[in-house]
Amino acid sequence: MAASISLHLIGSAQLAARARVATSESRLVRWTLIFVAFLFLVFFLFMPLAIVFTSALSKGLSTYFAAFREPDALSAIRLTLLAAGIAVPLNLIFGIAASWAIAKFDFLGKSLLVTLIDLPFSVSPVVSGLIYVLLFGLQGLLGPWLAAHDIKIIFAVPGIVLATIFVTFPFVARELIPLIQAQGIEEEEAALTLGASGWQTFWRVTLPNIKWGLLYGVILCNARAMGEFGAVSVVSGHIRGRTNTMPLHIEILYNEYQFQAAFAVASLLALLALVTLIAKSAVEWKAKQENSQPHGRDLTPDHQGFLL
Amino acid sequence: MSIEVSKVSKRFGTFNALSNINLEIPSGELVALLGPSGSGKTTLLRIIAGLEFADTGHVSFDGADITEQSARERRVGFVFQHYALFRHMNVFENIAFGLRVRPRQFRPAEAAIRSKVHELLRLIQLENLAQRYPSQLSGGQRQRVALARALAVEPSVLLLDEPFGSLDAKVRQELRRWLRQLHDEIHITSVFVTHDQEEALEVADQVVVMNQGRIEQIGSPDDVYNHPASPFVYNFLGNVNLFHGRMDEGQPVIHGKATGQVVYVRPHLLEIDREPNGGSHFRAHIKHINAAGPLVKVDVITEWGDPVHIQVSQERYRALQLIKDDAVYVIPKDVRVFETRRAS
Repeated sequence: MAASISLHLIGSAQLAARARVATSESRLVRWTLIFVAFLFLVFFLFMPLAIVFTSALSKGLSTYFAAFREPDALSAIRLTLLAAGIAVPLNLIFGIAASWAIAKFDFLGKSLLVTLIDLPFSVSPVVSGLIYVLLFGLQGLLGPWLAAHDIKIIFAVPGIVLATIFVTFPFVARELIPLIQAQGIEEEEAALTLGASGWQTFWRVTLPNIKWGLLYGVILCNARAMGEFGAVSVVSGHIRGRTNTMPLHIEILYNEYQFQAAFAVASLLALLALVTLIAKSAVEWKAKQENSQPHGRDLTPDHQGFLL
Repeated sequence: MSIEVSKVSKRFGTFNALSNINLEIPSGELVALLGPSGSGKTTLLRIIAGLEFADTGHVSFDGADITEQSARERRVGFVFQHYALFRHMNVFENIAFGLRVRPRQFRPAEAAIRSKVHELLRLIQLENLAQRYPSQLSGGQRQRVALARALAVEPSVLLLDEPFGSLDAKVRQELRRWLRQLHDEIHITSVFVTHDQEEALEVADQVVVMNQGRIEQIGSPDDVYNHPASPFVYNFLGNVNLFHGRMDEGQPVIHGKATGQVVYVRPHLLEIDREPNGGSHFRAHIKHINAAGPLVKVDVITEWGDPVHIQVSQERYRALQLIKDDAVYVIPKDVRVFETRRAS
């Protein structure tokens, strides 16, 4: 009996070994695919990135830092931070509200709302910029009224903030909708029956459950808010020192053949991208760790003995 | 606290989840809402809890109408089928939650919260797992934590939605007895939903049998099992054989022809004998015998060709020395006759 069982085990082990080989590609195919993927990355990612940094530092560190001390550059950095500083918190609130509504309630026009949230992803940024020009521009729909009240939106800071909000609003909502949907509403119902108010339920139950997804959405939203070019370019008017963001400032420098300065500012944006990537991986890693806490029985001491 | 449900109806779109439900649950009782899925039992429980609002009708606790109150104001303890523990809080914090969210003037001091939680941890026998997270507990442990969390706020009534539904059979048995004991200790009015008739009959003081949004019967486990009010209840509470037949001078007569009346007999209320033995009987031959278990299950084919399930004791089985293809007499001991087949 024992012999037949052990024989059987050996048989199944062999089977498993053969299955592993059978479902995997040959060594040649595997290495070719990996090589192609890396080659692609080197040409289209690493090399441009390296060129950005080498060009930025081509005239030494002092010229590199001089590019940031210039008043126009400083103003561009300030404006970029301002636009992102307004757009990200607003989209955070909007994202939570929209994803909560979509995941937890049934209402008329729900699918329309989901489609509309995706709109900034599907429409070209230039078009989104144009929408604001057509709306708030001097010849636009609200233009005469705004002019009469001396409110400037287009070719001014408000327009840039509006365009940034528009292009970045899907990030948080898109990240949260599937997450909240997957978690369901039972925990919130439990909090309710235990006497928690809506506000307490949100802070103590919902937010801790979605915090990693939320942070992930915010990181992506921020990266896009700082890097946005198309929509902002249309509404900005490129007034130096006043309505230029970092990406627009880089373009102007480049067009004026100030390559080193252009690359220096560009390196700042590239650095932001790298920091974003690292933060994103850290968040993903942390979220994964929390979700994959070992499941119950494996950890309880009485069962551990059994496992050993 | 007693619960009264009067004339409650609820629709989901075109589906009638509940139609005109009237139910009174006396204070301190443990009541089971029993029915197949889609019978409206969970909806009724959620309406009592305030997690769902009825379209029409009223719900009262101790005579006070609470129909318009939210779940938050009703102070009910609700235990969810999938526990709904707060996954980012450990066991201690899960149980303490209901006390911590109270308005400041009603909130107990930290020391009082601690002693209350530890008292509950003792009650559910999980004192050494206070620092564990829900994902580190087994199903049965999670269910007990969910119960302790509901009890922490000293609710007026305890409502449990399929409390043992997602546990394996052995744990379910243990937890069932434990719940019964717990109820005998703390005497809180409790309502639990189940689709498992054995569970309802074993645990509850009163069983409410529901079907298609209506109450079929309310009664003690003994009542609903031994005196089912409708063919549905007869069918749902255990195995049953259906025969064509009729009442003849107060005696049910079973035969093979359709008569518009249906005779219901439970498998253990059919006796097997080698002799006709007087009274009502019919002939059959044995098709299959399964002797594993406390009762021997015997499948027979009647003289008119219908399959019938019979359960006999091990002693009787050995005394008769039954084997496959034996010709035997079947004697019904207790039957119920209903007009036509209303339910299945």
